This record gives sequence, C-alpha cells and structure tokens, in this order.
Amino acid sequence: MKLIVAVVQPYKLEDVKQELYAANVNLMTVFDVVGHGRQVGVDEYYRGAKETGNLLRKVQLEIAVNEDFVEPTIKAIIKGARTGKIGDGKIFVLDLPRCIRIRTGEEGSKAIG
Amino acid sequence: MGTTPAPVNPLNSGDIAWVLTSAALVLAMTAPGLALFYGGMVRRKNVISILMQCFMCLSIVSVLWVVYAYSLAFGPGHGFLEPYIGGLDWFMLKGVDMTAPSGYAPTIPGQAYMIFQAMFAVITPALVIGSFAERVKFSAWVWFTILWLTFAYCPIAHMVWAADGLAGHQWGALDFAGGTVVHMNAGIAGLATALYLGKRIGTNKPGMHNVPFVMIGASLLWFGWFGFNAGSAVEAHDGLATSAFVVTNTATAAAAISWAACEWIFAGAPTLVGACSGAVAGLVAITPASGFVDVGGSLWIGFLVSVFCYCMVAFVKPKFGYDDTLDAFGVHYIGGLWGALATGLFAVKAVNSGGSGVFDGNPGQFMIQVKACLLTTIYTFIMTWIICLVIDKTIGMRASAEDETIGIDLTQHHERAYTILD
Repeated sequence: MKLIVAVVQPYKLEDVKQELYAANVNLMTVFDVVGHGRQVGVDEYYRGAKETGNLLRKVQLEIAVNEDFVEPTIKAIIKGARTGKIGDGKIFVLDLPRCIRIRTGEEGSKAIG
Repeated sequence: MGTTPAPVNPLNSGDIAWVLTSAALVLAMTAPGLALFYGGMVRRKNVISILMQCFMCLSIVSVLWVVYAYSLAFGPGHGFLEPYIGGLDWFMLKGVDMTAPSGYAPTIPGQAYMIFQAMFAVITPALVIGSFAERVKFSAWVWFTILWLTFAYCPIAHMVWAADGLAGHQWGALDFAGGTVVHMNAGIAGLATALYLGKRIGTNKPGMHNVPFVMIGASLLWFGWFGFNAGSAVEAHDGLATSAFVVTNTATAAAAISWAACEWIFAGAPTLVGACSGAVAGLVAITPASGFVDVGGSLWIGFLVSVFCYCMVAFVKPKFGYDDTLDAFGVHYIGGLWGALATGLFAVKAVNSGGSGVFDGNPGQFMIQVKACLLTTIYTFIMTWIICLVIDKTIGMRASAEDETIGIDLTQHHERAYTILD
C-alpha cells in the first residue's frame, strides 16, 4: 500500500478530480495549504504597495492506494494538474504500513478501497 | 394634509428630511446591501471583485450623474428625441436648484430629488453584476457601467419617469419606484450579458462561499428598500409614503415565506439563501406597485412572485443552460415583470388617485403595462448586446481562462479576501 501526496494548483483541483474519477480512483482527502517551491506567484497589492514573496495557496491531496493503483493515480494527477509552467506542483509517494477501516475494523488492502 | 406649507415657501421640511434620508437608505442598498448579498453567493476567490464592482459603481455613477446623466434621464428633451432622452440643459446640475423645487416634486428642492434619483441610477448597473459575475475583466466592467448608464439606463428612465417621456407621460404606464426602469432593465441586461459572455469555467451554479453574508445583504436590501419605495412618494406630509412602506414590508415578508415553501415542497428543505432570495424577489415585485396597491394586493404580489421566480431559477434556467451567475435575470427581471403587470391588475384609486388597475375597473391599464414592459425588454436587450460587442471587440470583455480559474480577485485586483494562515 502507498500513500500518494500531491500538491497542486488550487484552480487545477477540479481537473485533477475529474482525471482521478476517470481512472477509477474515487477516494481522496483534500486540504487547503500554503507554501512555495520555485514559483513566484501573483503579486498582491496593499494600498498601492506591491508585496511579493508571500506563501502561495495550493491544494494538497492525499490518496491511499493498493500497489496496482499507484501508477494510474500518478498519471491521472499529472494529466489533471500539468500546465507546463513553474508551480504545477509535486507528487510524493510514501509507503503505507497499515490501514484500518473504523466502521468494520478491517485492515490492509481491503480497508483502502 | 396636516402641515400645509406657507404659500410663499413651497418647500416642506418634513418632506425634504424624508427624501434625503431615503436617498441614504437607497445608498445602503448598493453598498453594503447588494455587495454582501452578491458577494456571499460567489466563490471565495471572486468575492472582492463583486464588492469592488458594487463600491466603484456607487462612485462612478455618482460622478456621472451630477455631470450629465441626471440631465439625460430627467432633463427636458429636444426635437424628435424628446420622448426618449433628455438634453444636456442640466449639465453640471445647471438650474437644478437647492432651494427651489423642480417639476418632479413640488415640496422638495430639485437637488434633493436629483440625489435621491442618483442612488437609483447607482443600484441599477450594480444589479447587472450578478449576471456576469466571476468572469468579466475589471476594465471591461468599468466601460460597461459607463456606457450602460448612458445608453440604457438614462433613456429608459427618461421614457418612464421624465415629465416628457414616452411610456410614463404619453402612454400612462405606472411605475412607482422602478419596476421597469430599475429591475426589468437590469434583469434583461443581465440576461444579455450572460448570453454574450457564455458560461463560467467549471461551474454553473453560485459558489455560496458565505451564506451569512447573503442574509446580511438581503436584510440591508430590505431595510434600504423602504427608502426606495416609500421615498418614491417624494413627500411625507400625507399618506402615500406610509402606505408604500406598509405594502413593501408586507409583500417582502410574503415572498420570503412562499420561496421557502416552494423549496420545502419541490426540493425537500427550506434554505436561508432561498428565504433571502424570496425576500429580494418580493421587494422587486412590490417596487412598481408600492404607491398604487393596498395590503390585499401586496399579499398577492408577494406570495406569487416567489413562485414565478423559483420556477425560473430552479426549472427554466437549468433547461436553457444560460449562466446567469447570481440570477439577476431570474429574480429581478421576472420579479420586475410580475410587479409591473400586477400594478396594472391591483392598482386602486383609494391608495393613489394617479392609478387604477383591472380589478379597480380600469382594464386598459394592463395593456399599457405590457407595452412599457416590452419597450424596456427589447430596447435594453439590444442596447446591452451592442455595448458588450463594442467592449469585446476593443478591450475584450472576458477575463482569460487562466485568470478566471485562478480567480478574479487575485488576477484583476491583486488582493484576496481571506487568508489561510495568520
């Protein structure tokens, strides 16, 4: 089992979701986050004074998957989130040692889907 | 007629106080009333654009109004244009006196009437914002507001309200506080802009990022609307202002109840946004009728308007698929249309000797109302389409797809309403 963590542009979330559904990945958790990589974002103004270097708004997705879903999920996220410009985001793939469904107590692969 | 003014001075201090107060009440309808009502309904990435447009509409129209727009709307017309638009005789308020009355209201100074009317001119283009919200460039919006005020609002206001206007003076159409001039006018313009611009990217319904804003905004609209309708009596020394106040409140309350009931029946649950939308629909519908109908008429107008508007928003809009973002057309045009026609049905001489409708033994009034509605609808739709075309071919009307998806706040104003951290 893997935990796929993806940081993407907020305005690409809808596209990413659609691609994930198309790849049959229907379970995800989505967070509002701020941060920055190499991207310089849209400047904000305060009473005419430009403020740069702010942390940028991003969306983070966490998706727990079984091994055979890892590649389709990664592909779907890239397809939905990619614009080719700096700031498109990153995907992290982590090992996931355990997964438990609270309602039934099931563990492992069965509990993920 | 409690306090008959002395013959030497026609001005009545009570009337002046009420009209100036009403002007301030109507100001509060645009900012913050309408701004919050609309602002709460968009996605959070676009709330500043709505607030900014409402606030700047107040500022831009206020300036244009005193420079030339009041003259175009209410000034005397000339030649063959006389019934359609005023001349520039009152440019920079020349001859609009602060101590002597104009022909529009015998007991208040011309300038008091002018500033009261200024607030109507402010809110009308602001209402249109609801139809093209979340996808228009700010620069395009500025030009739209200037051109639309000049070429759509001023002529319609002149035709319906001016002393020498086509619909009001010549035909005898009844529009007490702006059902055709303000609400149908803004609503049909909204439909034209929504059709011209096309749908937003990735959504076809309001974002509803802050429902409490919607309720605060709707309540401020209700509050300010007493100035809009009761203030349109432009006097306070006999019963008309009081009557308009009472029917305004009654119709609004009835409409809030019936919208919530429609939702409960057709959608399964009454919502706060629905009750607020109903109240606004009721305010719209009672507007043209407020100086002509009694309490019975106002209940009919209020209870029925929400049924019509609810059907429009819940059933007709999804069927046709136009993206009238915040339902300026569905609520203001349909509500205004029902109000204008209902005025022809429910007007009674007992309230206002100036108007009587079908149920008061004057069947001809209904067709006059229909004519005035058609005039506003056709003229404004075509004019709005032309304005969109001119702006689109010169500076471009719509924000780029990337700017629209990132949000109008950050891309047009470089500002955002909310932070995540700190």
